[in-house]
Amino acid sequence: MQCPKCHAPMHTYNRNGVQIEQCSGCRGIFLDYGELESLTRLEAQWSQPAPPPPGAPQAYPAAPAPAWGAQHGGGHYGGHHGRRQKGFGRMLFSS
Amino acid sequence: MTADVLPALTAKVRAAVHPASDTCVCGTGTAVLADRPDGAVVRHAGTVAKAHAVDTDPGELSARMAVAAHPGLAGVLLAPLSPDAVALHGRPVTFWPYGTPVDRENPEAAPWEEAATLLAHLHRTPESVLPPGLPPMRGPAKAARAIARLRAAGPHPAAAPVLRAWAVLPAWARDEAPMPYSRTLCHGDLHLGQLVRVPDGDWLLIDIDDLGVGDPAWDLARPAAWFACGLLPAEEWTRFLTAYQKAAGPAVPSDTDPWPALDVPARALTVQTAALAIAKAVAAERPLDEVETSVIDACDRMAAHSPELAGGFAT
Repeated sequence: MQCPKCHAPMHTYNRNGVQIEQCSGCRGIFLDYGELESLTRLEAQWSQPAPPPPGAPQAYPAAPAPAWGAQHGGGHYGGHHGRRQKGFGRMLFSS
Repeated sequence: MTADVLPALTAKVRAAVHPASDTCVCGTGTAVLADRPDGAVVRHAGTVAKAHAVDTDPGELSARMAVAAHPGLAGVLLAPLSPDAVALHGRPVTFWPYGTPVDRENPEAAPWEEAATLLAHLHRTPESVLPPGLPPMRGPAKAARAIARLRAAGPHPAAAPVLRAWAVLPAWARDEAPMPYSRTLCHGDLHLGQLVRVPDGDWLLIDIDDLGVGDPAWDLARPAAWFACGLLPAEEWTRFLTAYQKAAGPAVPSDTDPWPALDVPARALTVQTAALAIAKAVAAERPLDEVETSVIDACDRMAAHSPELAGGFAT
């Protein structure tokens, strides 16, 4: 398929099940009938996440953890990161 | 004691690099890589000399050196330059090729997959490779020693939850009974300081002082404990665990919850880390920092949850 605007070849990408054609020249995007609605629906799901399951919030990717483990909060990465940097250099290198 | 050994150790490593000369002819300096009672390490050019602890058993060290020198462990353990130790100030000294350590300043570059794969290969070492007289790995002994240091440090408000968490561990994890599974070759003290990169680009495990037979879950338990204490993000822990499972490591099941196998060793290493943190804070007369507090908090939470029973691990 050729771009209707600049006539460069278009490449197909799959984003969450929606086929998107993007022009290799002008980077323009071509959507088939119904695809804009599909993307809008996906966007709504993304911005309104399902309520979290009861219990500790899980960081991505969900990993089994012991009952005595700390909560790995996904929304506090900034604060967590500082502790991780400090912990990495010292804790993770000593006996 | 350790201060005494360094000049002689420096002379030893220079002599090892320049055997035909009385003085150093390459002009490079000698760097002290570690200076602790349990291990003084110096480097000159491409050679490293390690003075082991004074109380090192010569027979046990010899068996551990034989494992590191065995061709079956090539690509897993760094091989010594010579299989024999020499005596220096009452301490055995061994010689090794230098390797580049993991960068402490760059958590994103930590070789989690490589560490896990090396451990899986180590744990899959056939029994036929193991020399007679190879002792148990010393993981539980090190944990017990950390608790002894905590008790010797004197009273501290954070000691109580650590000692409570220690008391409910099974006897084998406290080094008071033999390990129930004891035919697997283990490193015994795995952390990120125990990996070096050799000139051909491969990562290898170093430090054989705690190597021996035992429960291989102990070698995974330090990263597991860091994850459980919130010090290691779930993503990095998952990368480590998945790589170990992909390499068919025997410590945990390949497709189900690893925590029944990891729970007791991860508790023991959390307690060990907390005990040493308090002992060091008392000695330095300083407060505990945020990282140390997170490890002690994990000990406190353990009191509410009994150790998991995993197929006879808790005896």
